[in-house]
Parts: sequence; C-alpha cells; structure tokens
Amino acid sequence: MARKITIEPVTRVEGHGKVTIHLDDNNNVAQSRLHIVEFRGFERFVQGRPYWEAPVLVQRLCGICPVSHHLAAAKAMDVIVGAGTGDGLTPTGEKMRRLMHYGQTFQSHTLHFFHLCSPDLLFGVDADPAIRNVIGVALEHKDLAVQAVMMRKFGQEIIRATAGKKIHGTGAIPGGINKSLSDEERDEFLKGADPLNIDKMISWAQAAVDLFKDFHSKNKDMIDNFAVFPSNHLSLVRKDGALDLYHGVLRAVDSEGKKILNDVDYQDYYNHIGEEVKNWSYMKFPYLKSIGKKDGWYTVGPLARLNTCDFIPTPLAQKEFEQYKAYTNGKPNNMSMHMHWARLIENLHAAEMIKELLNDKDIQGKNLVTKGKKVNEGVGLLEAPRGTLFHHYKINEQDQIVMANLIVSTTNNNEPMNRAVTHVAKSVFTGKPEITEGMMNSVEVAIRAYDPCLSCATHALGEMPLEVSMFDARGDIIDVKRK
Amino acid sequence: MRNRVLVYGYGNPGRQDDGLGPALAALIERERLAGVVTDSNYQLQVEDALAVSESDTVIFVDAAVSGEEPFSFTELEPANEITFTTHSVSPASVLALCHEMYGIAARAYVLAIRGYGWEFMEKLTPVAEKNLEQAYQFLKDKISDIISASDTMTLN
Repeated sequence: MARKITIEPVTRVEGHGKVTIHLDDNNNVAQSRLHIVEFRGFERFVQGRPYWEAPVLVQRLCGICPVSHHLAAAKAMDVIVGAGTGDGLTPTGEKMRRLMHYGQTFQSHTLHFFHLCSPDLLFGVDADPAIRNVIGVALEHKDLAVQAVMMRKFGQEIIRATAGKKIHGTGAIPGGINKSLSDEERDEFLKGADPLNIDKMISWAQAAVDLFKDFHSKNKDMIDNFAVFPSNHLSLVRKDGALDLYHGVLRAVDSEGKKILNDVDYQDYYNHIGEEVKNWSYMKFPYLKSIGKKDGWYTVGPLARLNTCDFIPTPLAQKEFEQYKAYTNGKPNNMSMHMHWARLIENLHAAEMIKELLNDKDIQGKNLVTKGKKVNEGVGLLEAPRGTLFHHYKINEQDQIVMANLIVSTTNNNEPMNRAVTHVAKSVFTGKPEITEGMMNSVEVAIRAYDPCLSCATHALGEMPLEVSMFDARGDIIDVKRK
Repeated sequence: MRNRVLVYGYGNPGRQDDGLGPALAALIERERLAGVVTDSNYQLQVEDALAVSESDTVIFVDAAVSGEEPFSFTELEPANEITFTTHSVSPASVLALCHEMYGIAARAYVLAIRGYGWEFMEKLTPVAEKNLEQAYQFLKDKISDIISASDTMTLN
C-alpha cells in the first residue's frame, strides 16, 4: 500500500512549509519534497512607490533578517541614484553599512548556534526533544546560554546604533547612510563593561568554534555522513577572492571546485541565473543558465561561501578556515552538517570585522552620501546570514518603482534543501512502517542546517508547531503527530 | 534599579494589524509612567529573557488572529515551547529562559489584541484601531493596579 507522510511545520498568516515523503508498496521512499509557501505579492506591492522608500519598505518582508533586505535594497538604489555599483559610496557610508551588516550577521549566526545547533551538540541528535532544545541548554549549560544572550544583545545594539532603531531602521539611504557613529557609541562597543565589549565577543565566538570542533572529533560518523551530496556553490566574493559578506563579484564552483561562474558583475545576474517554476512548489528553483535547469542548481549560505572564497581577511577566522579546508584537502565541502562549522567560522570573522570597523576613523566621518547621474535600473546583492540575497528594481520617469525581482536565500537553497531531505528520508524512512520521533527529527535536522525562512514576515498568536501526517494510498490520513 | 513593569509589544507594523503590539507599546511609552518601561521588536527572541529579568512584571502585547474581541488578558506561566526554526520564541519560553538563566520568576501576562488584516500596509484596520483603543484604556488601569499593589506590599 503506497503511503504519503506529511511533516507540516509552522503556519503563519499567509504561509507554511511542509515535507511530504512518498512511500511505495514496500515502504521504500519513492519521492520526497520540501514545500515552502513563499509569499510573492511583495514584488507587486512596491510597484508605484517612490524608489527612495524601498530600503524601508522591504523590511516589511521579514521579521528575522530585515537588515539584510534594508541593505540589499539600498545597494540597488545606490546604482539608481548614480552612486556606483558598490564602490562609489563615501568611506563613512560604506563602512557604516558594513558595520550594520556584520552586526546583523553576528546576532543571526549566534542565534542559530544557540537555538538550533548547540542543543544537538550538547545533548546529541537522538536525545529527548523535551531536553534537546534552547531551554534545555539554559538549564544544563547556563554559562553558554548567558553568553549567547549577551552576544545577541551586542549584535542588536550594533544594529540599533547603525540603523537607528530595532524596527524599520532608516540608516541606509540611496547613496549612503544617514548617520555615523558617535564617540560614545564607538567606545561603548570597544571598551564597554564586561561582557558587552567586542574583545569578549571575539573570545566567545572563538569558543563556539572550539565547541563545534570538540563535538565533531567525537561524532565524526554522524557529522560527516549526514545528508552528504554533491552540489554547486554560489556566493559573492571580494575581487581578490576574499570572503566578503557585503559586496563583491558573483562566483560559483562545482562539487570538485572548478569555477563555473567566474567572478561576474552581479548587475547582469539575470544573464547568468534563471528561475525555474515547478508545478508542485510555490517557490522557484534558481539555476545557473550556463549549466542548465537539470544540473545548474546551487547551494548558498555559510557552506557555499567557504567553498567559493580563497581566504578570510581576518586572522582568527583565517586560521580556522585553513583547518576547515584541510579537512577536505582543499576541495569543496559537501557535508550538510558542516554548515554549522562554516557558520561559526563566519561568526568569528564577523566579530573580528566589527572590531576592525570600530577602530577605523572613517566610521565617525561626516561625509555620508554620494549622488551622481540617475539611471532607471539597479541591482543590489549581499550575503545575508542564510545566503545570497538579490534585489532588482526598475523605475520610471516619475521616480516610481515599475519592476521588482527578489531572490531570497531560502529560494536559492530550494533544490539543495530538497536534496538533503531526500537523502535523509531514504536512509531513515526506507522499510519502516511507522513514523518515529527519531525519524521526524532526522528530517528536521537536515532542514534546520539551512534554517529556511518559513514566511516569517508576520507574527501573531495562534500559530501551529510541527505536524506529521500519514496518508494511505487513497489519500486518507491514517496517523497525525504534532510537536 | 529594577523596573516595576515592562510592556513589550511585538509584531511587524508593516503588516497591518500585526503591528498592534508595537502600537500599544508606543502609546504606553508616551504616558511616561514612573517605573514603567516599554520595548518593541518584530518577534520575541532569546535575548528578551534579559529584559524580562530586569522587571518585576512583564506584559507581552501581541496581535491575535483569532479569539476574544476586542482583546484578552491572561496570566502566563513559564513553559518549554519549542519552535521549529530560529525565527521566534514564545512568551512562555522567554519566561522559562529568564528563570533558568537568571533565576528570576517575573510575573507575566499576555495582552492579545484581536486583529483582522495582514497585508503589506502600515495601517491598522478600522476595527483593530477600536480594539487598540480599548486595550490601551484597559492596560493603563491594569498598570496602575499592578503598581498600587506593589506599593502596598512594599509598605507592608
């Protein structure tokens, strides 16, 4: 009897995600799919609005990474106001934006480590879910939990100082920034009372990398063999090949490390990236046009970024990068669980970048905005915590937006997330007559490595947690489990 | 010095009635009540346990997609409510984190204001506006009661 198993996580106001696993008559996995309901109406919503509103408007998209959308839209508007394609801002304008971006990355990566990764590391992925969670960490490892909260708070305060406020920040404007950092703000971040200063943040970020490495050394079989599959990898890199989360050129490598997109200007990304529509998913499937729809899909995010870049331009993170790369003999890393390792190295890099920027006198400059000859089209890209984020706009003679196209990190990772789920489903569901907690958790772990955005633009009471439903061949539900 | 009351409104003001929480927090902030602090964010997160630990009483204010009109007000107990992603933490989990990390059991309430529209607009629906006004009047009285009760306990 063929069956369909549905894992249905969170429902929000306009969307939700679910996993369907199709079993054949012999209980073998025939097919598995991750469905994420992506709200696409926003691209129509901004049409008709004046272009200078975009950096603030786009923060309505997402309650978890509004800074990434704010900065990507601002970068696109830089092009439109004639401030160049990423290298035309004043030093103060660019460095304040970078400080905002690395502050966002630091608090986001910290949250992922504390909330999703550390429970698995500290308690093991097979531990009781009632313990293996963020509150379990607080109960059993209070020092680590308090560290994570202070790291989050530090990153949030960097955002507040650069973006102006926590909700709907206004810091980045077309052509630059609307404020620089005061002496008091800079000194507070550099020399604030322990632990809220950057040196403590760097030491804690280093400790988090060490924690992962210790877990890895004791659990190599699980970490190295969970959801491993060959993938292409795409990200921005600095023109000299360095890791750069704010600006650069687009580079992609295949699973063996061969460059398949060689440092191209992202202003014409549409010549290189296509978006395929599939009838079973609301979310598009991006691919490299030079490779084609079938094999041109790619991974974005921390794993991809450390596969595409040549080096990391801060000393502590570079040292960790060298160890990380040596583990795969310099070849691209295709192990899904190593996403956590890569993320923690990036977090260390973000902390080091914050210190470097705070010590740069340009961060307190007064020349904030650049403008030039206006054009009617602009593209803004950056590396959001979860991966490459594309914003593309066209305006008319009346300065109104007439076209917007956004490719968010979760969309870029659509195919690799499906591959990860399929890989895990085949290894744990095959031949099993029942859904167990452990099977559900394995699928969750695979998805959580990517931390996809499940329509998080709104939050309201009344949401539903994880649900697993099992259907028989006629489509009738024969089992439902909720978490 | 500890705060007497923290009013924490959360939600996305760019999504119509999802902004009810931050809107009420802003109204309370304008009152400049002694011992009362306010905060707002898109969603609750783990670091909010620190803010809760610094207050005797916390009132979480959120929009509700269903339930009582114009609002409901309920006392909250700490609970280990696990979410699938990093994208939000429940008020009960924030309380639990506060208790585990800082050893503080703050008294907490949820004020859930009924909302109706969730589109890309920075404007409440007319009915939600009315619900907000009623919740605002209720909360001012409730805060006054909480502070009076606290003063009485201190005197005793």
